[in-house]
Amino acid sequence: MEITLTHYLVVAAILFTIGIFGIFLNRKNVIIILMSIELMLLGVNINLVAFSAWLGDLAGQVFALMVLTVAAAEAAIGLAILVVYFRNRGTIAVDDVNLMKG
Amino acid sequence: MLAAIAFYIFAAVTVAAAVMVVAARNPVHSVLWLILAFFSAAGLFMLLGAEFLALILIVVYVGAVAVLFLFVVMMLDIDFAELKRGMLEYLPIGGLIGVILLVELGMIFSVWAFAPEAGTLAAAPAPAMAQATNTEALGHVIYTQYLYAFQAAGLVLLVAMIGAIVLTLRHREGVKRQNIAAQVERRRKDAVELKNVKPGQGI
Repeated sequence: MEITLTHYLVVAAILFTIGIFGIFLNRKNVIIILMSIELMLLGVNINLVAFSAWLGDLAGQVFALMVLTVAAAEAAIGLAILVVYFRNRGTIAVDDVNLMKG
Repeated sequence: MLAAIAFYIFAAVTVAAAVMVVAARNPVHSVLWLILAFFSAAGLFMLLGAEFLALILIVVYVGAVAVLFLFVVMMLDIDFAELKRGMLEYLPIGGLIGVILLVELGMIFSVWAFAPEAGTLAAAPAPAMAQATNTEALGHVIYTQYLYAFQAAGLVLLVAMIGAIVLTLRHREGVKRQNIAAQVERRRKDAVELKNVKPGQGI
């Protein structure tokens, strides 16, 4: 019953895979895609913190903090783009976002 | 023993909530499952001894990011049933890639090992719990060794804030706004005109 580093890595890997899977499953819905990206970043964070705890090195937690920052910024910008897109098109279906392809 | 039970509960809830995030029919439910996933991941962080990150995860992710998602989902009038159509179409390819990725990651887990000198290579060795709490130790490291990275993170947030405002701000036509410069510039001669009205004649 001893919990080792591998247990945490497995949870992180499963979370990351669910994130990838969610992007494929909800190809049309940008909101769910953004949430899937958040899940993937959460998996990465679990990895970083687990290694940080196991090696007794705080650098991993500092890096996880940076990932949190970037994830928050990405969510804010992504949702802002989404709001502007919805205002212009009246839908958030990403199938026809290739409008600017020329 | 207790820690093991807590780990399995938190891990199971995290994974189950993550599955529900991508599988839920209603995006509002997705956001709520996402909040649950963040909470249980915070529990995992607590078990790892990273209390500061666990609480930051709750404050920043649940308090700000997830609520932002909730705002957008509820604010936009979206036909989600239309978006859900064709979801099963992507199930095989998504499942295939997910399984491949999981198998590849599993292959790594079976063979990886720490380098023999890994324990001595710590860039920022964590002090013992008795000397400093996790938050205190992290603060010491962030404000000295990783000061520039910390400042850069602040810059990223600033740029994101400005970007979000620039993207979503719009000036509607026909809305009256206060123009402070014009108000301050206004003088008595611009506003008041004296007329010498003769008695009994009017203007």
